[in-house]
Amino acid sequence: MNASRSIIFSLVAVGILVCLPLIGVAAGMTSFFGVIVPYLAVALFFIGVVARVVRWARSPVPFRIPTTCGQQKSFNWIKPDKLDNPWDNKGVVLRMILEVLLFRSLFRNSRMEFYEGPKIRYASAKWLWLGAIVFHYSFLVVLLRHLRFFSEPVSSLVHLLEGVDGFLEVGAPRLYISGLALLAGVAFLFLRRVTIPQLKYISLPSDYFPLFLIFAIAATGVLMRYIYKVDIVSVKELTMGLATFHPVVPEGIGSLFYIHLFLVSVLFAYFPFSKLVHMAGVFLSPTRNLPNNSRMVRHINPWNYPVKVHTYEEYEDEFREKMIEAGLPVEKKE
Amino acid sequence: MAQVPKADELAKVSHRPPETPWTETPVEFRPGTFCYGAKPKNLEVVGLPNPREWNPADEDWKLPDNWKDITLNGMKDRLDKFRSFKLFMDICVRCGACADKCHYYIGSGDPKNMPVLRAELIRSVYRKYFTGSGKIFSKYAGARALTERVLKEWFYYYYQCTECRRCSVFCPYGIDTAEVTMMARELLNELGCGIDWIAGPVANCYMNGNHLGIQPHAFKDMIEFFVDEIEEVTGVRVEPTFNRKGAEVLFITPSGDVFADPGTYTLMGYMMLFHEIGLDYTWSTYASEGGNFGLFTSHEMMKRLNAKMYAEAKRLGVKWILGGECGHMWRVINQYMDTMNGPADFLEVPKSPITGTVFENAKSTKMVHIAEFTADLIRHGKIKLDPSRNDNKIVTFHDSCNTSRAMGIFEEPRYILKHVCNHFYDMPEGTIREKTFCCGSGSGLNTDEYMEMRMRGGLPRANAVRYVHEKHGVNMLACICAIDRAVLPPLMNYWVPGVDVTGLHELVGNALVMTGEKKRTTDLRYEPLPGMEDEEDDDV
Amino acid sequence: MSLTDYLRQNQKAILKDWFHAVVDSYPAETAAFLKKEKDPFANPVGYSILEGLQGVFAQVVEGAEQEKITPFLDRIIRVRAVQDFTPAQAVSFVFSFKEVVRTRLEGDGRLQELAGDLRTLEAAVDQVALMAFNIYMECREKLYELRVEEVKNRTARLLERANAIWESQRKGEGSREES
Repeated sequence: MNASRSIIFSLVAVGILVCLPLIGVAAGMTSFFGVIVPYLAVALFFIGVVARVVRWARSPVPFRIPTTCGQQKSFNWIKPDKLDNPWDNKGVVLRMILEVLLFRSLFRNSRMEFYEGPKIRYASAKWLWLGAIVFHYSFLVVLLRHLRFFSEPVSSLVHLLEGVDGFLEVGAPRLYISGLALLAGVAFLFLRRVTIPQLKYISLPSDYFPLFLIFAIAATGVLMRYIYKVDIVSVKELTMGLATFHPVVPEGIGSLFYIHLFLVSVLFAYFPFSKLVHMAGVFLSPTRNLPNNSRMVRHINPWNYPVKVHTYEEYEDEFREKMIEAGLPVEKKE
Repeated sequence: MAQVPKADELAKVSHRPPETPWTETPVEFRPGTFCYGAKPKNLEVVGLPNPREWNPADEDWKLPDNWKDITLNGMKDRLDKFRSFKLFMDICVRCGACADKCHYYIGSGDPKNMPVLRAELIRSVYRKYFTGSGKIFSKYAGARALTERVLKEWFYYYYQCTECRRCSVFCPYGIDTAEVTMMARELLNELGCGIDWIAGPVANCYMNGNHLGIQPHAFKDMIEFFVDEIEEVTGVRVEPTFNRKGAEVLFITPSGDVFADPGTYTLMGYMMLFHEIGLDYTWSTYASEGGNFGLFTSHEMMKRLNAKMYAEAKRLGVKWILGGECGHMWRVINQYMDTMNGPADFLEVPKSPITGTVFENAKSTKMVHIAEFTADLIRHGKIKLDPSRNDNKIVTFHDSCNTSRAMGIFEEPRYILKHVCNHFYDMPEGTIREKTFCCGSGSGLNTDEYMEMRMRGGLPRANAVRYVHEKHGVNMLACICAIDRAVLPPLMNYWVPGVDVTGLHELVGNALVMTGEKKRTTDLRYEPLPGMEDEEDDDV
Repeated sequence: MSLTDYLRQNQKAILKDWFHAVVDSYPAETAAFLKKEKDPFANPVGYSILEGLQGVFAQVVEGAEQEKITPFLDRIIRVRAVQDFTPAQAVSFVFSFKEVVRTRLEGDGRLQELAGDLRTLEAAVDQVALMAFNIYMECREKLYELRVEEVKNRTARLLERANAIWESQRKGEGSREES
């Protein structure tokens, strides 16, 4: 499938997903979209992710295959690279933390440029890393901010986060940076895909779809907060009802909210069955989460099985005469 | 008059690929860009399936009737056995960080050489048969059916990956294309669709102990040939032993060093060093191969070939094993051997008899890398070196893929280099150490019919050598890998004439001042030592 | 103003056009990479082409001798000789220079004025094309030479040894006959 068809397909899919709650709510299906769908989605999310992780975990790691990106540990007079070539679990944990929280491998994507003249620049190759950081962290902040809707009293941590997020202190309601950053991040990741020909070539509908979906989620959220305001008290009533398992569906919440909620539900439900599970998968990656110590400590392969080998005896039987003649020692002298 | 096409038309005809998506662009088998198919006799020796005469360029590959079932069952089996495989099939987000990291992509410009796409070749089939979304949404979920065309594509591109792991350094999830390639090659081998350049050495190594199939007496004879050569250069007669029980150390190195230059000079370097320090060691004719083309065939074949090392160490009753300069051999030793064929509880924790150093980092495997061993000797001042004998060599160092990204031996060889030669310059950052570029011929692709593709794949490496060649006058490319020693000379010859290739221990051999040696006038290649150009003439 | 002056003045633009014309003979996604990636070590193909074109351009404009052009041509052709190009495709980039210059002259309305000079330049470019073909052939022959050498060297020491054995046996036989 070529790029334009992939994009159109994904756009249409998200478009349909936007229309569904619009029609549904107009037809009075508020409890379906306000209660049943969110519960189903969250259930699917947890069951799906757990099932996925269990599925991965069921396959063993037969060999110790870390990608070593630094000096090995050998002598005490050669400095080993603890982070990039860890030899114990402490090093591995550090490596994983940097990988998961700071996307260190992406950061490595640096390159010198001295095309014409001696000017050296490093920046350009870090764009992907920067875009990824902005996208993921703004998403996280947005997610955490939403805890306000699921707790009473609202935790002081959420207040703190809101304070930091809205530090610009402009607009009413106060402008949150994270929402805009998320939109910008998604837009960047999308533009990358369509402007870099190599990326365009490798992209699938399943690469565009989540981007559009997240963009739509963020956009509806921003619209609700700043422009087409919805009845926030009723919304909290609904979300608290969901959180406390006493669902209620108050009257008069704008349909924009239902669109937002439905898209979020779709994202949750879609998550375990798509490439988005990379979030869970990164922790299990055998090239990153194992120490390079297989010469120090024997790694066990649970399915190691005996194989047919050509034994020394068979070898000697074949070559005995020639070996004796050449003065090579043999086990049997005839 | 016949219509002569314009130059412009000629240039554009047929090269820019049709605007079809990659899933629908078939491969074209053009001579120079694929390796010959495995010959039946080589498959039969080791009992690999579907031995037959075939040619990858043929329309009919003579596959077994149930080839699709074999492949899909094989995939399922491996998904259950290898978390790496299952995970790498699921978590790629196609961010493109790896795209321009592959030397084959850089050199050829073929988009299917981007690591992400190389993996998608099999991932798309995985989605079709092993995921719900792929079954339901088919191509909208990036899934496609397994057809003969897809299989041919696998063959073409999985034998166009050198399993160098450079892409995995840059992947945010550590997805390792080498792992994917290994699985794909296992599947291809289940259908008898391997390449002969791998199948041949595997069969030879299995039966005779080494890749060329050299029989024991000839192997001994070859080594002794170099004893004469060493004597001629140094005046010292070294005395190697073979299959000797009770030696302290078993020495195993790739057999390529015994038969082809410039590996042979490295071999001479080893023997001179061992003689000088009085190491109690033995060669084995049974385990006379360090390399393991099983790694490029299947995990099982890797284990079958590797088994000889421990078996022979046990039979001979040595204390530990010393391994020569080789790339993929060390990937096998570092990441597979102990797991596959261990525990080596009949051996002792390696301890250098000269310096007393205990190699704690090899305490389970009981196998030490020669660069570790020699670096330790130099550190303790146990050998006398005259680096000026290498003064006519301006040296740079090529980090081999496997020792770099599957082991991490960077400083030991450099430490040795700095002690055995006076002119050493590293290539630019980004082309060495963990980011080193492949020679373009690794993982069993070092066959001559593949020369064109090898030159493409080796271009990034050669380009970095050219830089130090022009900047510092580098004329010698040192490495610690037997495949490198075999394939870098043609690569240099094509891209950077004027740069020669050497193993690390050839330089050690040159610089090593041996007890009782005559006044040396030439290096191990019979080329005059710096300042000895005239004396050489006098000799003659 | 002579064509030489014109070329000198418009060097940057013409080189860019020419570079793009050459690079566009690669697949779209690769062409973009070759144009964009500025690290010569990450992009040796694009770098070789650009460097080569710059050299050839300078030498042709200044009317340099053949030997001076050869190394620059070599940089480009050595790459293209191992890629998926037919011989014609591999060397055709030389001709596209004519097209690039002509198009630019036309755009600037200078074609009539410099037509005479242009003819001379085009003749020079044709000469370069012939050299390019020589280099291409050299590269291809080199490839085959490397193949043969490699096959020989793979077992060189064995053969050397085998020959040595054969020789010594012959000597041995000889002495037996004498005795």
